[in-house]
Amino acid sequence: MKTWEYIVRRLLLLIPVLIGVTIITFVISHVIPADPAIAFAGGPKAQPETIERIREELHLNEPLLVQYFYYLNDLLHLNFGKSYLESRPVLESITQYFPATFELTIFAMLISVPLGILGGIISAIRRNKLSDHITRIIAILGYSMPIFWLALMLQYLLAYQFPILPLEGRLSIGLIAPQSITGLYVIDSILTGNINTLSASLYHLILPSFTLGFATMALLLRMTRSSMLEVMGMDYVRTARAKGLSERVVIMKHALRNALIPTITVSGLQFGALLGGAVLTESIFNWPGMGRFAANAVMGLDFNSVMGFTIIVAIIYVIANLIVDLLYAVIDPRVKLGGE
Amino acid sequence: MIRERETKTQELIRRFKYNKSAVFGLILILFLVFIAIFADFIAPNDPTPSPPELENSLKPGFWSNEGLEGYPLGTDMLGRCILSRIIFGARISLTVGFIAVGIASILGIIIGVTAGYFGKWIDSLLMRIVDIIFSFPALLLAIVIVATIGQGLDKAMIAIGIVYSPQMARIMRGSVLYIKEMEYIEAQKAIGSKNLRIIFRHVIPNSLAPVIVYGTLMMASAILDAAALGFLGLGAQPPTPEWGAMLSESRLYIVSGAWWAATFPGIAIILAVLGLNLLGDGLRDILDPRLKT
Repeated sequence: MKTWEYIVRRLLLLIPVLIGVTIITFVISHVIPADPAIAFAGGPKAQPETIERIREELHLNEPLLVQYFYYLNDLLHLNFGKSYLESRPVLESITQYFPATFELTIFAMLISVPLGILGGIISAIRRNKLSDHITRIIAILGYSMPIFWLALMLQYLLAYQFPILPLEGRLSIGLIAPQSITGLYVIDSILTGNINTLSASLYHLILPSFTLGFATMALLLRMTRSSMLEVMGMDYVRTARAKGLSERVVIMKHALRNALIPTITVSGLQFGALLGGAVLTESIFNWPGMGRFAANAVMGLDFNSVMGFTIIVAIIYVIANLIVDLLYAVIDPRVKLGGE
Repeated sequence: MIRERETKTQELIRRFKYNKSAVFGLILILFLVFIAIFADFIAPNDPTPSPPELENSLKPGFWSNEGLEGYPLGTDMLGRCILSRIIFGARISLTVGFIAVGIASILGIIIGVTAGYFGKWIDSLLMRIVDIIFSFPALLLAIVIVATIGQGLDKAMIAIGIVYSPQMARIMRGSVLYIKEMEYIEAQKAIGSKNLRIIFRHVIPNSLAPVIVYGTLMMASAILDAAALGFLGLGAQPPTPEWGAMLSESRLYIVSGAWWAATFPGIAIILAVLGLNLLGDGLRDILDPRLKT
């Protein structure tokens, strides 16, 4: 099977998965609540007229299957309903908040992937030495630590006790955001040549992106370490050593290249997990992204916004998975394309 | 027969003892279980005094001269003893983790065994559903479910159990697929045993090892996720001394210098999760040497 055939096939397979995703969100929003109209109206305290209007709007008096088709139709038109907290369409809120989350997630990856891989290599090469023990302790703490606790501790230490980094937000108070081109402050600042906003936005990114990326770093470190150890025991690495190649060449050219394949796959998958973690990180650092929007929506019983956010994240997650699979097929020739 | 089984168990125990980090994990967990059971006798103060002793609000602990006698880890904003609340919180977190994983295991075993044992279209259908649930980040799905069915500790446990069940189903299916091909199952079929009898007497008991290993690791993430739900106000409600909720209540006071009220509950979460992770990793190394890393 040719590569493009594989890509087309994978894209077609995306359709049933996305339908499955909408069925799950439909069940959660329309079937599980005792009365969906009350849930969508913002809880039991809502006005009876509002509840009645929503019942009409969402066709809640129709059979479930009919309701599902109305629901699917709305989703296809990117209609996620109205956000009760922000009194505007959910799509509008999410479009506004998305770039902040995207920027944060990208920086979290930029910090965690290189650190995780580097730590894993050091740990594997210096197995059972002091540096191995230290990196492994960091790794196991990394995925045993609540992300919100790490966020609060960093805030306390680096923004309150030793105030060298900003406590929260995307920019310092008084600074005007750079002209919006991509919505990513760092990129926009570079494009408009605004040094002030560039340094301020980078400065504000450090704590939240480190916090968000910490667990991913720990996971990648652990994975890189174990796949390096596995690869370093393989025959071809022994052969490379026996040929008299320097240890550096053996590790960098022969071992690392093969050991990195699983790590890269996991990094891609972590992108979706980071979007979930953004809910906690963003609300602590008061980061104006869609994670904070979702957290506020959850606490404010703004059901439309919660569901809208969930669907968007699931779609991004599915697409990220697909891209990883496709890249994987391109990078690693051993993967038999389309082999079932 | 009996002698042979004994020696095998002995061998496992010997391998476990040799695994230092697993032993450390086990000790941590036993310590927390002990605290949880005897909380009433160990805790120096009432975790939820009513009315609140507001004059004791946010007092530091043993490290400071301004602290109160008998409150070694200080007090929170309502003047409650943080140490006592953490001790009672162990009871909540361990229970939540255990019940959530219990729900996940029961659902996962039912789905996994059905898919793995019967195969064919049932398998394809169930596994597609499982794949689709994996399209959602676990914590996010738990948040949405709790937001739908209503907040509270019991709802949080159910949500986490549901969200973790697909993972358990995959693990169970994998081990059933392997066991199904064993000769003793063939033999049972040959003598005409009913499917249900084979499943309950032979398939499930023989595929439980991975469920125990991954159940331990899953309990670690269940405790983390339950704390996250508590932190978002979706899990335990005040005045329940749940670790995540304690952190959440104290977060605003951290920037006025009262670091202890949020720090210690976080350390308690880390100890519980770390203990379970170390124990789970150790059990995996022992029970499944092929996966050794």
